[in-house]
Amino acid sequence: MIRFLLKGLVRDRSRSLFPILIVSLGVMLTVFLQTWLAGAMGDIARSNANFSTGHVKIMSHAYAQNKSQIPNDLALLGVESLLDRLRTQHPDMAWVARIRFGGLLDVPDEQGETRTQGPAGGLAVDLLSSQSPEIETLNIQKSMVRGRLPARSGEILISDDFAVKLKVNPGDTVTLLSSTMQGSMGMQNFTIAGTVRFGINAMDRGAVLIDMTDIRDVLDMDDAAGELLGFFRDGIYHNDKAQQLTQEFNTQLTDPEDLYRPVMCTLHDQDGLGEYLGMASYFSFIASSIFVVAMSIVLWNVGLIGGLRRYGEMGLRLAIGEDKRHVYGSVILESVMIGFAGSAVGTALGLAVAWYLQVHGFDIGDMVKNSSMMMSNIMRARITPVSCYIGFIPGMLSTVLGAALSGMGIYKRETAQLFKELET
Amino acid sequence: MRTIVFIISVLLSVTGHAQFPSGHEVLTKIDENMASDTRIITSKMIIHGRRHTRTVKSRTWAKGDQKAYTEYLAPQREKGTKMLKLEERLWMYSPTTDRIIQISGHMLRQSVMGSDLSYEDMMEDPHLSEIYDANVTKEEMIDDRPCWVVRLKAKKANVAYHTRLMWVDQERYVPVKEELYAKSGKLLKKTELMDFKQSDNRWFPWRMTFKDVLKTGKGTELVVESVEFNLPLPKHLFTKAVLRR
Repeated sequence: MIRFLLKGLVRDRSRSLFPILIVSLGVMLTVFLQTWLAGAMGDIARSNANFSTGHVKIMSHAYAQNKSQIPNDLALLGVESLLDRLRTQHPDMAWVARIRFGGLLDVPDEQGETRTQGPAGGLAVDLLSSQSPEIETLNIQKSMVRGRLPARSGEILISDDFAVKLKVNPGDTVTLLSSTMQGSMGMQNFTIAGTVRFGINAMDRGAVLIDMTDIRDVLDMDDAAGELLGFFRDGIYHNDKAQQLTQEFNTQLTDPEDLYRPVMCTLHDQDGLGEYLGMASYFSFIASSIFVVAMSIVLWNVGLIGGLRRYGEMGLRLAIGEDKRHVYGSVILESVMIGFAGSAVGTALGLAVAWYLQVHGFDIGDMVKNSSMMMSNIMRARITPVSCYIGFIPGMLSTVLGAALSGMGIYKRETAQLFKELET
Repeated sequence: MRTIVFIISVLLSVTGHAQFPSGHEVLTKIDENMASDTRIITSKMIIHGRRHTRTVKSRTWAKGDQKAYTEYLAPQREKGTKMLKLEERLWMYSPTTDRIIQISGHMLRQSVMGSDLSYEDMMEDPHLSEIYDANVTKEEMIDDRPCWVVRLKAKKANVAYHTRLMWVDQERYVPVKEELYAKSGKLLKKTELMDFKQSDNRWFPWRMTFKDVLKTGKGTELVVESVEFNLPLPKHLFTKAVLRR
């Protein structure tokens, strides 16, 4: 039976080629959309986690309320003991201290006076300890453009675009001006060890990376930090675990009367990322659903046209005694074959396009040049196990559903009329 | 009857306002007390931040509202930091870096050392009568002393505080309280002046409080330790060379 139907489909291209093309196209678009959204959302979540939010973040309550202003005067105190406690209680996570700061980077002329200067967005991390995970977390080694990593105190990294704008090179001395934790002016000379490009416009405009010990000295933040970040060691954000950890921390370790009590929040709770990622997932679901409905309608229409074209054939088959259910069954079986072939071809094509974009990416740097979002300039697709069936199942379903709907006409044919129709 | 009431009310209002001095007259008398050609002032700022209170001591040499030089004397972290303001430009020297750094013009309206004072508040000694038009609007009692309530409006655009509401002691002609507004009408700062002492025929406040209403924190006190007016100041004080001396 299957072989018989298969031969029919191969020999009569009008019954197979057009439906397969349509299913393939739809499935390919669905796979592409899913991989693209997975890549983009994953990248945004990863960039934000690594550079800004961590998988969980601890700040003082007062700092958290004004965090967009980077209020280092409200930073956490007694950071080393808190870090020790976190590392003991939660060894399954990597804990790091960070200080964000704004300031001016001033470049001197031969007389030591201002030659040029620019606003800097600074990030202080542990750059110098051998056991620090920050070089890897921030992907600094691979982001190096010129020079080398800082090897000693007093050396910094700046973004390559910023270095070009200020006309400075590795080895040059610059002065950082910023506001100390007490509100005074903090000034310190630094040597540029190297330049970096993270491929994130928000970082590449004017980033300065400084070792934690150096910035604590400049900003008068001894044993203080703006933020403590925790990362799951497998590098993947686990929302349930993060929520549980946050709930435990916020109920056990904090005194609600203390304005400067440490508070923990998850990646999902920060900067609207939870809503953003939820929305992306929702859009992905909507897109797939729309595809199933639209394809069903298209294939129903194709089935109807096919039904009209095969009106005589169906009539003859019914007239010679073939059961209506058998005819309907053969139509459904044909649609399963077409759906399978179309979905397989579409999935393969979609994965091929996705693979290309996963490897090479698509540069959207010009579109997001003023963006303050932690978002890579190179958007990449990401193939996940879901990509293998996200288009395939709707492709099969829509084809079968379309055939099932159009095939219902078989049951409306009246046997008494069949011979009359054959005579004409 | 209506005409009579109108005439009486007009006469009353005219005689009522006739008791108020003109705004320009009030500002001129304030300038005689508060402003000078040159001024050397040693003061300490007690900055009540959100978390800590700290004291910064400095000495400023000012010539009108165009030239000023400030040297920080304490605490140790700030000691030796120097600032030079020439018209709209500001340079800063820090001994830890041995660098002279130019700060752009808009920084003049930023906070000095985390206080509620801007560089302009701290370093300038302006003549109000030259910058503002004023009119006296009413009388009020402040700490049992009768005061004129004077509304000042800037004559030119590039002024930090476009409008000021000032309570001026009627006897001493010194402001005892002020509200400083932006051009939009937004309240920027509140100040109170107190501990007035008379010397060289002028009344001068030895303690002032500033509250930047746009900042959290509990305000800044400025306590004057010594002040000298109209002394000749050497020219080198207002050159960049002074910063490295």
